[in-house]
Amino acid sequence: MANELGNYKTCVSARSTDKEILKCSQDGGIVTQLFAFALEEGIIDGAIVAGPGEEPWRPQPMVAMSKDELLAARGTKYNISPNVSFIKEATRSFGLDKVGIVGTPCQMQAIRKGMLYPFGWRDVPDKIALALGIFCMENFPYQSIVQLVEDHAGQKLENVSKMNIGKGKFWVYTDRGAVVDLPLKVTHKYEQPGCHVCLDYVANLADISTGSVGSPDGWSTVFVRNAKGETVWTKAVAAGCFETKPIEQVKPGLELVTKLANEKITKNQKTIAGRASFGAGKALRNPYI
Amino acid sequence: MGLLGLLSKLFHKSGSSAKSDTGAVKMVESKRKEEKSVADKITVGHVHMSGCTGCLVSLADNYGGLLTILDRYADLVYGLTLADVRHIPKMDVALVEGSCCINDKCSVDEIKETREKAAVVVAVGGCACYGNITRFCRGGQQNQPQHESFLPIGDLIKVDVYIPGCAPTPQMIRNVCVMAYLLLKGNAEQKALATSYLKPLMDLAAKGTEACFCNLMTEVINQGLCMGCGSCAAACPVRAITHEYGKPQGQRDLCIKCGACYAQCPRSFYSFDVVNNYEAILGAINGALQ
Ligand SMILES: Cc1cc2nc3c(=O)[nH]c(=O)nc-3n(C[C@H](O)[C@H](O)[C@H](O)COP(=O)(O)OP(=O)(O)OC[C@H]3O[C@@H](n4cnc5c(N)ncnc54)[C@H](O)[C@@H]3O)c2cc1C
Ligand code: SF4
Ligand code: SF4
Ligand code: SF4
Repeated sequence: MANELGNYKTCVSARSTDKEILKCSQDGGIVTQLFAFALEEGIIDGAIVAGPGEEPWRPQPMVAMSKDELLAARGTKYNISPNVSFIKEATRSFGLDKVGIVGTPCQMQAIRKGMLYPFGWRDVPDKIALALGIFCMENFPYQSIVQLVEDHAGQKLENVSKMNIGKGKFWVYTDRGAVVDLPLKVTHKYEQPGCHVCLDYVANLADISTGSVGSPDGWSTVFVRNAKGETVWTKAVAAGCFETKPIEQVKPGLELVTKLANEKITKNQKTIAGRASFGAGKALRNPYI
Repeated sequence: MGLLGLLSKLFHKSGSSAKSDTGAVKMVESKRKEEKSVADKITVGHVHMSGCTGCLVSLADNYGGLLTILDRYADLVYGLTLADVRHIPKMDVALVEGSCCINDKCSVDEIKETREKAAVVVAVGGCACYGNITRFCRGGQQNQPQHESFLPIGDLIKVDVYIPGCAPTPQMIRNVCVMAYLLLKGNAEQKALATSYLKPLMDLAAKGTEACFCNLMTEVINQGLCMGCGSCAAACPVRAITHEYGKPQGQRDLCIKCGACYAQCPRSFYSFDVVNNYEAILGAINGALQ
């Protein structure tokens, strides 16, 4: 398949050198570290991240304007955080001229569509200063996470310290040290339907995108995609923010990323094709034409 | 000569006087360039139907960019208060702001005449596309209290391109102007780019004259396409959209029917050919306006 990993200039395996960031970040702390660095350097005035919400593990988009706020938003929440909903607000109520934003591949698509077609995003396109993408196979409604963690894994959501999808399983870790894993066979039906037409796994349109897949535990795979991403990444590495290894020297490496990207895209292309004849002589809408 | 023409002249006078020490060769060169670009300009008119002039202000909020457009790419041949022309002339592109009051013969004649005279009709803003705030009119306003029936222009004439939103953003109007220029005057490659950029906006125009928060329900969420990005909420001018558990909820009483949310949604239309090239396209637009 052509270009399933999108365009990129460099790809490395990396992790933050900041112990505090690494403590609660999902993988190599790439997102939190990059935003912290960009804030310090004045590359961004603030970043839209998935902050804590009203219920445990329910994210609420927030504009982080300090390292403490970035730290509070570390870690993956496997349910929807509509980060893009803050993109105009960040430039208005928060007064940011240089906005950072983290998001899933679909949210990066939303950002780029919005830069080309800013129907309601007045003065926003030029203020998007750093768009960080996170790999994403699928996402879940909040209530699915409640059901998976409380019913299937038998844990109280407020006791959960981390969730992760990896090695073919959905992992739930608790404060008291319990580890429960669910086969993805169980989780599939709880996925958000909108994910099943998604054709991007590794955030092809971000300035820099990152995920766990491809790198060893605690490390992240990082694609530096465009000139802007390269400038920020090079500066951050030069400032000692990251340890890096050539992606060719880590296991399982890009081969696995490519395989998963292909699997996702192929499966979802089938879904899209199926939608064309879903009813009797009636199609479901195809957003891509 | 209208206000903008004057502004544009002034702007370029000061621009050239700053370079008064440049050699004669350069001057000739730039003169030739100027002549060439003038010859290649498209003609554009701003047709004001029943709207609040917010769309026009948005166009003007491109500041220097607008002057560059008027200088290099487009002659403004019609526009209330802007160009001293009484009757709708022939033009390449008509930017129509506002809906049409069908109780007002003058407006009805004018929108029909616009269709006859313009090669491309662009509905600029929610009112022209979807009625927007004018949908809520019940008449009674002075000095024409009997004027109460306002239709999106697409209910009276064929419209080629839609720019939804209230107000449509300066950047969006600018992008469409540049693309319209490339479509009409560009080389084959530029025409192809402009066509793929404008196609979704033509599809919106072909799709109909009703818009509402409900489009997100019926055409995105009900269709199994929403992934909770939040683009819609960020686009809404009246903050009618919030996200509950990741999905858009609309306060439908607040919705003014501008169509921005649906157009902004990446799951309403999304062209990989266009969006994957966002850097090159934005680079070209910014370059054109330098
Ligand atoms: C729904 C989902 C599915 C994912 N699937 C995969 C996958 O299949 N393979 C893979 O390799 N990686 C996947 N990831 C990415 C991975 O889990 C990590 O988020 C990524 O590696 C970044 O880790 P980090 O240590 O660099 O970031 P951290 O420093 O921990 O920062 C993570 C950042 O992401 C933000 N964030 C957290 N949850 C969300 C959310 N739901 N929406 C938007 N932003 C959020 C946080 O606020 C924080 O700013 C997924 C992430 C999400 C949210
Ligand atoms: S799978 Fe695609 S649509 Fe679903 S959250 Fe991930 S990037 Fe978005
Ligand atoms: S913009 Fe579209 S996909 Fe995104 S949250 Fe709104 S309706 Fe859903
Ligand atoms: S919900 Fe908001 S953006 Fe959508 S049509 Fe109504 S007013 Fe416009």
